[in-house]
Amino acid sequence: MNTTAENHSSKAGVFVSDSDKAHWHDSALWFVREKRDKQVNDVPEWEKLREAASAIKTHTVAQLDQYLQMFEQKATALGAKVHWAQNAREHNEIVHSILKNHGAQRVVKSKSMLTEECHLNPYLEQQGIDVVDTDLGERIVQLRKESPSHIVLPAIHIKKEEVGDLFHQHLGTDEGATDPSYLTEAARNHLREKFLAADAGITGVNFAIAETGGIVVCTNEGNADLGVTLPRLHIACMGIEKLIPRTKDLAVFLRLLARSATGQPITTYTSHFHGPQDDSELHIILLDNGRTSLRDQSDYQEALHCIRCGACMNTCPVYRRSGGHSYGTTVPGPIGSVLNPVSDSATHNSLPFACSLCGSCTDVCPIKIPLHHQLFTLRDQIRRNGNLALTKRIAMFLTGRILGSASLFRVVGRMGRWVMRGFPWLFHNRFNLWWKQRDMPPAPKQSFGAWYSANRKEKHR
Amino acid sequence: MAVGLFIPCYIDQFYPDVAIATLEILERHGLEVAYPASQTCCGQPMANSGCVDDARPLAVRFLELFGDYEYVVAPSGSCVSMVKHHYEDHVSGLAGFQELKDKTYELCEFMTDVLCVETIDARFPYRVGLHESCHGLRELRMGKSSEVAGPNFSKTRRLLEMVEEIELCDLQRPDECCGFGGTFAINEEAVSCLMGLDRLADHEQAGTQVITATDMSCLMHLGGLISRQKKPIHMLHIAQILAGGRLPGEHH
Repeated sequence: MNTTAENHSSKAGVFVSDSDKAHWHDSALWFVREKRDKQVNDVPEWEKLREAASAIKTHTVAQLDQYLQMFEQKATALGAKVHWAQNAREHNEIVHSILKNHGAQRVVKSKSMLTEECHLNPYLEQQGIDVVDTDLGERIVQLRKESPSHIVLPAIHIKKEEVGDLFHQHLGTDEGATDPSYLTEAARNHLREKFLAADAGITGVNFAIAETGGIVVCTNEGNADLGVTLPRLHIACMGIEKLIPRTKDLAVFLRLLARSATGQPITTYTSHFHGPQDDSELHIILLDNGRTSLRDQSDYQEALHCIRCGACMNTCPVYRRSGGHSYGTTVPGPIGSVLNPVSDSATHNSLPFACSLCGSCTDVCPIKIPLHHQLFTLRDQIRRNGNLALTKRIAMFLTGRILGSASLFRVVGRMGRWVMRGFPWLFHNRFNLWWKQRDMPPAPKQSFGAWYSANRKEKHR
Repeated sequence: MAVGLFIPCYIDQFYPDVAIATLEILERHGLEVAYPASQTCCGQPMANSGCVDDARPLAVRFLELFGDYEYVVAPSGSCVSMVKHHYEDHVSGLAGFQELKDKTYELCEFMTDVLCVETIDARFPYRVGLHESCHGLRELRMGKSSEVAGPNFSKTRRLLEMVEEIELCDLQRPDECCGFGGTFAINEEAVSCLMGLDRLADHEQAGTQVITATDMSCLMHLGGLISRQKKPIHMLHIAQILAGGRLPGEHH
């Protein structure tokens, strides 16, 4: 029910209570949104690109089985080993068995939301394997023993002063140092040691090309390349929805991805891996973990088109002011508020309501996923699954009954306004969440309906 | 031309002046306007809360009451978008629904698209901040949202620019949500109010004296915050400005 630990509004309330930090968080993300707008306005065919991307994804998802088989065949022919995982547990076990076969103890990992989704790090740590996240933001949250609060900007909730303290504690930087260049240099040196000592590199996958069997990884820090070039073992973890049919389709998605994500024309590194390097192994794990089930739900299927750019988070006025951790999920924000309740509506029942239905996410989405319409539909689904609080169901039933009868509506309205005028204190209490920060609307003596019948009676019917 | 006037429930109860201004604008254009007395609500509060079954009878009633008019006009982008986008599941099979969807208009888009208004006989010598209500903007596409690429336009802004002596303020975030969102205003009270306060701050830096919008619900939320904070900003629905209305206390 709505009182579970997963309730978004209570966590958001805590975040908002530090209004300086909430405003700082809002501004940091709005800055990215404005950078994105500037890039988008420089591409005259932007809306056509969005339509093309949506059409390619629709086509691919409709024939996913065929494209997956094609990909497996081509990737295998290139010398990669392809694995299939039904769920997170299978995925983690496959990763571990590959590492075990190679006697790999030290692993460097570039950014991958899929491994976050599978909670791979804690699993491998339990098996005695040392995993280091090499994306700067991910490394920061890893050292803090937190999860990312954003899928592209994992440490966006952390101020540079906090990073300074963290690095002082873990990397031995000067106490009180907050200069970003200095801190980044310290992280770079720290990670360089990890790269040189690594037995294996794990990466995510941004795009997998069915016709070639190749995979594409986009980063800004070059950490994926370093992590898989030095060790002789590369494990690439991908959701089955990352597939695109042809190499030329990449042209559409690469133009959309970085502009939407960070307001860059393209990511600094776009690395193509077609088969393993010499004397090395490349393992590609294809994960389902609910994706096939999402594909079968027509109301939400388009959420499978997501390329994890994070633009919906940057634009969402609720996300910007409540922080990623208030969602209690690996993927937060509008897309997370669709994906998580679709797979588990009892746990994540508050997320579709953490939305004012403003529609900004739908308009910003490079793949045109109708996010806010899906959130609207999900609310009804949550009620039908029995996961909407009884008080809300009763309140809405009664509201519906009152509004269902014109005469009852008029009587209740007249009485309500009379009470509001005569006994305003009845509304001025902590149980009235409207009144907590907002005054009540006016309560005029005459409704429009009453005015109309008095002044335009001849037209009344 | 027979126009059925739909007045959202909360405007009927709390803001009769907005409804009167809407009626006057339509009458001034020589239209035969009728207000079906047994109307109540479009059903959005229930539908937005996930209680779609409780909204269904209201969708059916709306079709019964308004199906015969040549046009249906409402001073709300949100309620009109409810009719156009969310009635489908309830009444799509009933006679007249497809026509109803096409002939239901928010007031401003009715003025620009059907009445083809080019001049407005109104004077409003104030600095006005236009709040682009989300559902008018992104559901009815009454303007270009800032997320979408392409040439800028705004039907509401175009109408306001026809008003004499009006000065429109430039906002830093031209179309960010005010945070009302129906039951969202209660469910997510803290975020809702912060969103509203942030909108007000943007209007203050722009020098706004009067905030206007196509949806009174946004203004009810912002107005509640303004009143509590005792800020010197006024709220007027766009119909009130376009009908030649004045600020409370201003002499004719």
